[in-house]
Amino acid sequence: MYEDMPEDRINKFYEKLKKDAEAGGYQLNPDTNFTKKLVKGLLVNQDRYSYQACPCRISSGVKDEDLDIICPCDYRDSDLEEYGTCYCALYVSQDVLNGKKELVSIPDRRLTEKEKIKQKESKIEITSSLKYPIWRCKVCGYLCARDGPPEICPICKAKKDRFEKFL
Amino acid sequence: MELIFELVKGKNKGDIKLYALSTCAWCEKTKDLLKELGIEFKFIYVDLLQGDTKQYAIDEVRKYNKNCSFPTLVINNDKTIVGFKATEIKEALS
Repeated sequence: MYEDMPEDRINKFYEKLKKDAEAGGYQLNPDTNFTKKLVKGLLVNQDRYSYQACPCRISSGVKDEDLDIICPCDYRDSDLEEYGTCYCALYVSQDVLNGKKELVSIPDRRLTEKEKIKQKESKIEITSSLKYPIWRCKVCGYLCARDGPPEICPICKAKKDRFEKFL
Repeated sequence: MELIFELVKGKNKGDIKLYALSTCAWCEKTKDLLKELGIEFKFIYVDLLQGDTKQYAIDEVRKYNKNCSFPTLVINNDKTIVGFKATEIKEALS
């Protein structure tokens, strides 16, 4: 499937991701053969859904439902911390990169739809006395105090829709 | 509704079904391992299905793996292996 995607397009996007990752202190999986398959998957999803959904998760095709799994997903940092790799293994930790930790297929921490709804319901609205609300980038954890989230995260370049009201 | 799987010929070890995504590198590794073991199996790329068929497939995967994650390997409608777990797969099919 999608065998006709030009190598050049995959390689260019791979180089961009690698550069961006390293600039932000992240590392791509050093197994380039494996990693380029994931990069191709991201491009396929870009063409198919118009957003770069995780290649190793099922997408709904509805962007609002898939915001949490747009690469880099909301779960990358927690998975890197716990397992040394993100779910699809595009990103790995320094320990995996140095061969100190083995890279294995990990469980998906994305909550099942039901659990997500439950969590939303149980969330208590915090009434804040702060002068400005605090917004958190769900991709990289960047925090800022202003009336609304920035258009683009100044740290990881994630878009506005990846921010949540934190305080 | 019945899903249409693609068959890969090999040694018969029973009904072996692989639910996979066409974009997923771990799914490909799982498929390659099964081929390497020379076992007959059938697979389906759930992300390539449309509409009702896609939903039907997702519901079917959920019966075996409530998180509906991929790859999901189902052996004889009984044992389910989620993710690329080479040792577990080899043991189950030896």
